[in-house]
Amino acid sequence: MSNKFSRRGVLKSGAIAGSGLLLPTYLRAESHSGFTNAPTGSEVVFGFNVPQTGPYSEEGLDELRAFQLAVEHLNGEGDGGMLNTFSSKALDGAGILGKKVTFVTGDTQTKSDVARASAQSMIQKDGAVMITGGSSSGVAVAVQGLCQEAGVIFMAALTHSNDTTGKDRKANGFRHFFNAYMSGAALAPVLGSAYGTERRAYHLTADYTWGWTQEESIAASTEALGWQTVEKVRTPVGAGDFSSYIAPVLNSGADVLILNHYGGDMVNSLSQAVQFGLRDKMVNGKQFEIVVPLYSELMAAGAGSNIQGVYGSMNWNWQLQDAGTQAFVKSFGEKYGRPPSNAAHTSYVQTLLYADAVTRAGTFNPCGVVEALEDFEFDGMGNGPVLYRGADHQCFKDVLVMKGAENPTNEYDTLEIVETTPRAQVEYEPDHPMFAGGDLGQCNPGA
Amino acid sequence: MDAIILQFFNGLEKGSAYALIALGLTLIFGTLGVVNFAHGALFMIGAFCAVTLRKVFEISKVSLDPTKTDFLGKPLEVKTPYVEAWFGETVGSAMINYSVPLAILLTIPVMLFVGWAMERGLIKHFYKRPHADQILVTFGLAIVLQEIVKYFFGANPIQMMAPSDYSGTVNIGAMLGMDIFYPVWRLVYFFFSAVIIGGVFAFLQFTTFGMVVRAGMADRETVGLLGIDIDKRFTLMFGLAAGVAGLAGVMYTPILSPNYHMGMDFLVLSFVVVVVGGMGSLPGAVAAGFLLGILQSFASLNEVKAIIPGIDQIIIYLVAIVILLTRPRGLMGRKGVMED
Repeated sequence: MSNKFSRRGVLKSGAIAGSGLLLPTYLRAESHSGFTNAPTGSEVVFGFNVPQTGPYSEEGLDELRAFQLAVEHLNGEGDGGMLNTFSSKALDGAGILGKKVTFVTGDTQTKSDVARASAQSMIQKDGAVMITGGSSSGVAVAVQGLCQEAGVIFMAALTHSNDTTGKDRKANGFRHFFNAYMSGAALAPVLGSAYGTERRAYHLTADYTWGWTQEESIAASTEALGWQTVEKVRTPVGAGDFSSYIAPVLNSGADVLILNHYGGDMVNSLSQAVQFGLRDKMVNGKQFEIVVPLYSELMAAGAGSNIQGVYGSMNWNWQLQDAGTQAFVKSFGEKYGRPPSNAAHTSYVQTLLYADAVTRAGTFNPCGVVEALEDFEFDGMGNGPVLYRGADHQCFKDVLVMKGAENPTNEYDTLEIVETTPRAQVEYEPDHPMFAGGDLGQCNPGA
Repeated sequence: MDAIILQFFNGLEKGSAYALIALGLTLIFGTLGVVNFAHGALFMIGAFCAVTLRKVFEISKVSLDPTKTDFLGKPLEVKTPYVEAWFGETVGSAMINYSVPLAILLTIPVMLFVGWAMERGLIKHFYKRPHADQILVTFGLAIVLQEIVKYFFGANPIQMMAPSDYSGTVNIGAMLGMDIFYPVWRLVYFFFSAVIIGGVFAFLQFTTFGMVVRAGMADRETVGLLGIDIDKRFTLMFGLAAGVAGLAGVMYTPILSPNYHMGMDFLVLSFVVVVVGGMGSLPGAVAAGFLLGILQSFASLNEVKAIIPGIDQIIIYLVAIVILLTRPRGLMGRKGVMED
């Protein structure tokens, strides 16, 4: 058999092919503009990395709706939504720095490795200059790390773990959503008023970063009230049937069950706790109560009537009456026929905040964007006056304490706002022990 | 003591689901020699039969209430289910309330058809293929079925309520002079599964059809030589196994809110149950289902986890290892099955 391929020939072909493949990336940005994926044409690309399949895909799809709405508004389409109420007037609805906003989407499947691969593809192949999305803290932390290395901005969406802006904080990453500490700080006084200060709490906790930090935060804030923590039990994510974890609660002497679960796990654990008659029990002479520290509208709908009267917290809710919320709910509702979830809200706001920061900075360079976002104060986005703290890239704003609606009048009327906890009550120092060990490091422009 | 009794009942309820799914798996494996990784999807389809029926019952005529507004400030849409309009509010609301048990009537024909279609349309082409091929194709089929269900019903769990008469708790410790309250529907599920398991065994034991199937499971060739079309009967057994999985799913919906991947969650555990019980052994599958369900529940006790952290996550696999080391054919496995 004749050998048609010489070693030298293969090497030459490989070198030419490799150069050809690398050329688009080279031409696109880095060496010329000093940062990764600098937009050179008339368009700029955002990467929306959300779970489109898997257990959190409903949240992901709602985020995607909000992202698309934000892009429309940035490009001057639709009614402008929160651009009309945003305190910064840098954005004019003509794209960003004269460039039309386009986007690519990725499916994280709520798996860290898949989410990283998806984000990497959007950065390397599609030229995304900013990545946003996610509905799990594990995923957010993983993608934030990748964006830091790649030299693009990560505008985290649905992530509630203290670690995201605590021990895993990164200079290129920003979180608008609230965190577990804030949930505890907002919820505890309301729980104290509703249930008294002599309570015994039993925690069932999803066994991953978000669950751990929420358990730590809620336990600390309720213990500060005078409550005792009877037991902290870790449950596997996606356990489905929690009956064998709920049964020990009955004989533990606890009179409050705190469910540090989210999504399907929360729907199942809450429903099963109600099935076991926990809410009908009297323990220590008190009515047994259940608390779900982190709520979402989509979960509340899944839990049905079991959620009635159960306290929790949220980053934002469509029932707020401020001008920003009303503008967003109107835009979103008219386009999609449903009110937005708080995952959709944070996704929409993060997209506008990034666009605004670029415009104020006059550059897409991540370091310019970081500088523009750090210690940025704004209003008109649905949460009252907000600060994007420079020390840890965490937003500080009012937090909502919610309760399952007692008499829902329609399918969206699942939760009611009990209290808007003022920002000052949920603030903490950047070196607070629950957030210790992290270092933002230097912003990375990537080139 | 209370906790032990509660966990025992939890184990029985969990074991009921494992046993029903494992029973179907074993029926298919014992008759057709197929390792069916789509069996969990049949459990899930059964659950969604209940969801579908409730959604059908809840199809409503819409009218506008000008005195109330929706989230956009428009007149609120008021929905009245047609079943209430047609049959009166009492009957209509009772139909919605009892949609889970009523769904059994829908589930049986649907699952028999799904089982028949699955066997005739796909699985029969893999009878003579290696088990690895069967696993791959049935696993792929399970994913396709999952995605179809997700397309129509979404990814979030869907809350299904037990009929209000069965949604409370009952004091199971009353006879012992104790107050141990347990969800009524979980007891209903246990008794329901006991009836189904008993029915399947009675069918196989006391009917001519069942006798022929058992003979075919023991010696397919000889039964064939007697002029009996054993393949046709085995196809029907596939439908029966699908029906058992579907019934297990439909009645489980008030316990576990249906979602598109609930079948996968049960599938792996059910395979362990089948292996522990002994491949091809129907009594073994049932016994192992209850055994592992009960052990898993006891392993979740805080006192047990304090001694061996994480034991609740590994107990089933640990037991499987011990049993397979000491009894390689499982608890009641037959000689020659999966040993070639």
